[in-house]
Amino acid sequence: MSTAPHIDTHLNMAALEALRAHVDAKLADQMVESRLVGRELTLVVHKGDVLAVLKALRDDAVYQFKMLVDLTAVDWLGRVVDGAPRFEVVYHLLSTLKNLRVRVKVAVADGDTVPSAVAVFSAANWYEREVWDMFGIRFDGHPDLRRLLTDYGFEGHPLRKDFPLSGHVEVYYDADEARVAYKPVDLPQELRRFDKQSPWEAMTGNAGLAETDNVFDGGEFK
Amino acid sequence: MMQTTATVMQPAADQPFTLNFGPQHPSAHGVLRLVLEMDGEVVTKADPHIGLLHRGTEKLIEHKTYVQALPYFDRLDYVSMMCQEHVWCLAVEKLLEIEIPKRAQYIRVLFSEVTRIANHLLWVGCHALDVGAMAVFLYAFKEREFTFDFYEEVSGARMHANYFRPGGVNRDLPEGLTAKIREWNRNFRTSVLPMLEGLLDGNRIWKQRTVGIGVVTPEQAQDWGFTGAMLRGSGVPWDLRKSQPYECYGELQFDVPVGKNGDSYDRYLCRMEEMRQSTLLIEQCLDKLEGEFAGQACKIQNFKISPPKRNEMKADMEALIHHFKYFTEGFHVPEGECYAAIEAPKGEMGVYLVSVGGNKPWRVKIRAPGYAHLQGLDFMAKGHLLADVTTIIGTQDVVFGEIDR
Repeated sequence: MSTAPHIDTHLNMAALEALRAHVDAKLADQMVESRLVGRELTLVVHKGDVLAVLKALRDDAVYQFKMLVDLTAVDWLGRVVDGAPRFEVVYHLLSTLKNLRVRVKVAVADGDTVPSAVAVFSAANWYEREVWDMFGIRFDGHPDLRRLLTDYGFEGHPLRKDFPLSGHVEVYYDADEARVAYKPVDLPQELRRFDKQSPWEAMTGNAGLAETDNVFDGGEFK
Repeated sequence: MMQTTATVMQPAADQPFTLNFGPQHPSAHGVLRLVLEMDGEVVTKADPHIGLLHRGTEKLIEHKTYVQALPYFDRLDYVSMMCQEHVWCLAVEKLLEIEIPKRAQYIRVLFSEVTRIANHLLWVGCHALDVGAMAVFLYAFKEREFTFDFYEEVSGARMHANYFRPGGVNRDLPEGLTAKIREWNRNFRTSVLPMLEGLLDGNRIWKQRTVGIGVVTPEQAQDWGFTGAMLRGSGVPWDLRKSQPYECYGELQFDVPVGKNGDSYDRYLCRMEEMRQSTLLIEQCLDKLEGEFAGQACKIQNFKISPPKRNEMKADMEALIHHFKYFTEGFHVPEGECYAAIEAPKGEMGVYLVSVGGNKPWRVKIRAPGYAHLQGLDFMAKGHLLADVTTIIGTQDVVFGEIDR
């Protein structure tokens, strides 16, 4: 397995394999699968069991994943096969005791809800509000599921792939009413895409391509 | 008539007093609107309203190539610019599975630590200003200008440098810069830092305003996802540079200061000591850059993911094609996902990057440390006086560029 050797220098595969075996045995019923890609462990769990899994990981006597570092969602619109759920909610947990991270994933259909993790991790509060704001995924049992980042009275969920980059409304100063008001977006020129992606052989930067015959010349920059 | 007046005058105990703090308040550190529920002068509930600086960075990055996405990171936490660039580079490099030259690693660490000092100088200046000490602010900001001079020498920009690139750094250090940094660094450690500490460490007003204010227990800090000095101030020895070393941090000698009481004063002491440790790290990086790694490449020599040399471009067709493709189409990143994190001056800055192949990311989630800290404001401010809210905002070291994204 080739990885970037200057990142995560503390990790060894044995520790990750041990964690994976531990979790596989402990959470076999709740899990769809566990994946160890690169040096990152991902647990895909059933939606109904996500709280049980988070709680089990937090209270695990050996690993103690006591920190919810991040919670977010991914919109797979246009890339999922028919019938598969559109969204993925992603939790990143950290164990400061064992110095390990684990990623927990749940598949969520459009309009579906996810159990709120606020009771397990207080940090989940704003992260869930943000996911609701940005993706329109509701969290069951969240104490205060208001929008967080968008304006008061905003409509739509900006990070959905079907939300246009330019948005739907723009603000302007209404001199008559002496206040800032909204109007539909009016672009004087159509939004330019600059899609330069070539359909041919791509500039994929794999480690194997390294051109070692180019010797650096420090004088060039002087 | 008399009766009407009596019904208007409600007894104060029934209705909590709601106070709007910000978004234009100078100690709100930018654009924080804080809705405080007060019982007299005591805060009973704090509800931060954020998002006034939301620019849709994550959405914009989905429409940009990996190279074009980099400048957005300068503008997240706009007082520690290069650290934000760093986390993006690490995330991209992790998916690309590339190794970057040692010299580039040392240059990155050198500038990460310069940035850490710049950030902490702004923090200590503004924090002290909020609490009522003007002098610290003036001295700290003078020193901060020197770090911008270094930014300018190396990248041409004083703040939004766009200097780190996936695969290394944009260009090598100009001649004479290491000597300048060394001289400033020595002066900072031996005279400026002791002076700043002398102004505050034993200052009676400073201690009255910070000791015992905003106490966070280690359990609370972990539950709320606090990182950086907010976690270390509570006595948890956790620093990603030590525990999950990236780049060349594993080869460098430095200590991680840890607090005891978890109050604002302990976090102040932690950050001041972090600046001293940063000067030691800078010293070690400069030694290596002038010695062992002098004259080596400062970016990966694979011209699919870094631009070729200017001179070559003018004579060599292949170099010209590489240059053109790099700056138009960009490079493709293989399908996959990764989470990369660094110890930014404010705490753990992370990027969750999802790629489906191609030259643009599918999804980028930026994990900002200040976001987690600010959401803890409610429990930290509860029971404190209104004036202490500014102390707590100050000790959290929040910057709205990264919180609102």
